[in-house]
Amino acid sequence: MSSPQKKALCLYFEVHQPFRLRRYRFFEMGNEHYYYDDYMNESIMRKVAELCYLPANRLILDLIHKHKGKFRVTFSLTGMVIDQFRLYAPEVLDSFREMASTGCVEFLAETNSHSLSSLTNREIFMRQVSTHRNKMIEYLGVEPTSIRNTELIYSDEIGSWMADMGFKATVTEGAKHILGWKSPNFLYCNTINPRLKVLLRNYQLSDDIAFRFSNPGWSGYPLTADKYAGWLNELDPASEIVNIFMDYETFGEHQKKETGIFDFLRYLPDAILKKTPYNFMTVTEVADAFQPVSVIHVPSPISWADEERDLTAWMGNDLQTAAVTKLYSLSERVMSCGKEALIRDWIYLQASDHFYYMSTKFFSDGAVHAYFNPYDNPYQAFLNYMNILSDFEIRLNSECPESDHDTELARLNKSVEARDEIIRQLELKVSKIEKEYSLIQKKVGSEKPVKKVGARATGVKGKSEKKTTEIKKSKAGSKR
Amino acid sequence: MRVLMFGWEFPPHIAGGLGTASYGLTRGLAALNDIEVLFVVPKAWGDEDQNIVRLIGANTIPVAFKTIRYSSTLRSVEKIEVGSKLVPYTDPEDFWKMTRSNISDTDVLLNTNNEGKIEFSGSYGATLLDEIQKYAIVSSVIASENQFDVIHAHDWLAYPAGIAAKAVSGKPLVIHVHATDFDRSGGNVNPQVFKIEKEGMEYADKIITVSNLTRDIVIKKYGIKPSKVQTVYNAVEPMHFTEVTKPFRGVSDKIVTFLGRITMQKGPEYFIEAAKMVLSKMSDVRFVMAGSGDMMEKMIRRAASLNITDRFHFTGFLRGNDVFTMLGMSDVYVMPSVSEPFGISPLEAMQSNVPVIISKQSGVAEVLTHAVKVDFWDIEAMADAIYGILSYPALSKTFVQKGKEEVDKLKWEKAAKQVHDIYLRVVK
Repeated sequence: MSSPQKKALCLYFEVHQPFRLRRYRFFEMGNEHYYYDDYMNESIMRKVAELCYLPANRLILDLIHKHKGKFRVTFSLTGMVIDQFRLYAPEVLDSFREMASTGCVEFLAETNSHSLSSLTNREIFMRQVSTHRNKMIEYLGVEPTSIRNTELIYSDEIGSWMADMGFKATVTEGAKHILGWKSPNFLYCNTINPRLKVLLRNYQLSDDIAFRFSNPGWSGYPLTADKYAGWLNELDPASEIVNIFMDYETFGEHQKKETGIFDFLRYLPDAILKKTPYNFMTVTEVADAFQPVSVIHVPSPISWADEERDLTAWMGNDLQTAAVTKLYSLSERVMSCGKEALIRDWIYLQASDHFYYMSTKFFSDGAVHAYFNPYDNPYQAFLNYMNILSDFEIRLNSECPESDHDTELARLNKSVEARDEIIRQLELKVSKIEKEYSLIQKKVGSEKPVKKVGARATGVKGKSEKKTTEIKKSKAGSKR
Repeated sequence: MRVLMFGWEFPPHIAGGLGTASYGLTRGLAALNDIEVLFVVPKAWGDEDQNIVRLIGANTIPVAFKTIRYSSTLRSVEKIEVGSKLVPYTDPEDFWKMTRSNISDTDVLLNTNNEGKIEFSGSYGATLLDEIQKYAIVSSVIASENQFDVIHAHDWLAYPAGIAAKAVSGKPLVIHVHATDFDRSGGNVNPQVFKIEKEGMEYADKIITVSNLTRDIVIKKYGIKPSKVQTVYNAVEPMHFTEVTKPFRGVSDKIVTFLGRITMQKGPEYFIEAAKMVLSKMSDVRFVMAGSGDMMEKMIRRAASLNITDRFHFTGFLRGNDVFTMLGMSDVYVMPSVSEPFGISPLEAMQSNVPVIISKQSGVAEVLTHAVKVDFWDIEAMADAIYGILSYPALSKTFVQKGKEEVDKLKWEKAAKQVHDIYLRVVK
């Protein structure tokens, strides 16, 4: 289907805001079950809506009307940002719905809670994606045909799950270490299931807009739409697609209005359509229009975060690992419990942002990690999150004692089995030793083994005595 | 370059952070090639480590019947013999206790040379201030009998000595502010001490403060020109013993430790209140308040009225290795100081693999990343941090690991280099 002249520019914007947690002290556990900083969430949402979502949506709608179907973009809205729009900025949701009705905007599926569930197991991941898909149908009236994972996390395995769910394409980072000599400017497909097409982010051209746009020290400054179109023309003529992926908040929030970012976006479609061979296409359109040039091997997960393009921003230290492990250890029970309030908190607690705040990379490479970060440091983030998670567990235990009982029973059964096994082995050992013992007795007839046992027993006794005296001592000290 | 340094105490005869810090700095300086330090203390005991410095005790200098001519005033002063009975704290009660317990000090007083011998008045304020003045007089003798390029005086007790040495020699004076009376008194400053401190700061060519917290106090409260005041952070001596053995613990409970003088400056009451909060949620934890001080009895009464004495223990004053044993037994170290110019003890805790919680009102908070920092009055945050470190092993583990890495980088050599730079600037 692709002809040599046809080239695609794929613009994709991520829209996400987490429910930030309030300061939650340990002594509130079991008493207070509300976890969110409403004031902060509302004020950040209102601020970003005024600076970015509303004006940028307006501009994109204008461009769609002006270019009569030739300007096409892709968005992904997390389930949480949709919830926040409904609470704090319903007019933003209205304007996204208006975009959806133009037919020029594609919305991607993803995990409902911007979670790391793809790193735990297939079932949790799939469940979250279908929750999100239902949300998209309910609030935007569209059913997603392609998918993006949280922070563009992708691996061969995750890709195969996406394919199994029937998605046509996904997007991820054009990370140097997976591409090698290959170019991100072609369509690829999943290794396990080639039906899933993979679009790779051109980080050079994406970050020129997202990070470098307003940097006066950058050689490309000031960036205009014409200059940008010129760069596209300088790419290898064989290039078929250029994937420009970024946070939607780039427009008006990361790059403020005064930097001219909106003007850049306003003139971009004209410059691209008139001066380059590229056309605007959405993710699924690219997947339909082009043939994959090869499979892309991603044995271990990558993401679009930080210099390393790996998972270390969320799973890079002991704090993060402990928190993620603790969180997902509860998943089975939450699902079988099914209480609505619990499930809502369960969803919000999964947001990858909570783990991002715990990154100790923050100390060295802080700028991005500090963005909208409600905590002074990763330790505080961890402490607060774990306190909340502990309360969540307390609630889970008290609200769903039945399933708790079941799992407890299962656990006890397991440990009984394990003990039986140990006992069996020990019995074997004992009988063996007894045999040897009787042999030795026959040969030597000494009493040594008995003595040994006695010595050990007194040793233990001595130790425990010491313990009690220690305690007595300290008690006496406190009375003085 | 030769440095004439005036201190107040020298290991092993130290009562607090001042002696530790001035010793550490001296060691750091000694490691630099071209620096030679003459360290003067009011009283030398003879068993000090003299490998790195030449230590001079003011009590060993024969000063009787000497006439010193001050270069600035040309006023002649007849010298007198000095015996010393000295503590680096202005708290009358501390001083009273020390006087009572240390009989040998009294002996020293009585044993001074008959000629030029001085009677001590007996009352606290007059005696200490008297001693400071005597120290200053001896220092002028020392200054006139030794060759040096720069004078360095540690803390207010030694400022008059530094001033006197500068008056005699005309050499530049650097004073080192380890604390101010605003820290010690909680704002209720002793006007005489304030006067000595301010004179020292004004007379100095350069002022070194142990943190920006202290630097701000020097600038704002003493009205010193900011350009004259520079912060050089303290460091910590590497652990002497290579293997850190966890001492035997008689109880399986977790231990949370406060270690320091039990005085208003150290914020012991906030520790007790935080303990109460933690104990309301956790049972397998014990709190230890190690140290002594004028607020100890009040603290015991408070613990009793909160009904936590079964879990809250007082050890009294700890000496030498007991300190490290206590630290080694601890799971969390808390320093809730109301005003702490620096605070070396959290660094020692970190060396002993203990996570630390420190108040934001401490100088050490400026250099540490891997420590919990709370406002001293924020007992909720303090309790929360204690609970978190005890309950979430990943947190404790990270603090221990990163904290150790961090504290190992705080070297006296680095501080000494900065001080050396300051010397070079004032000598020019």
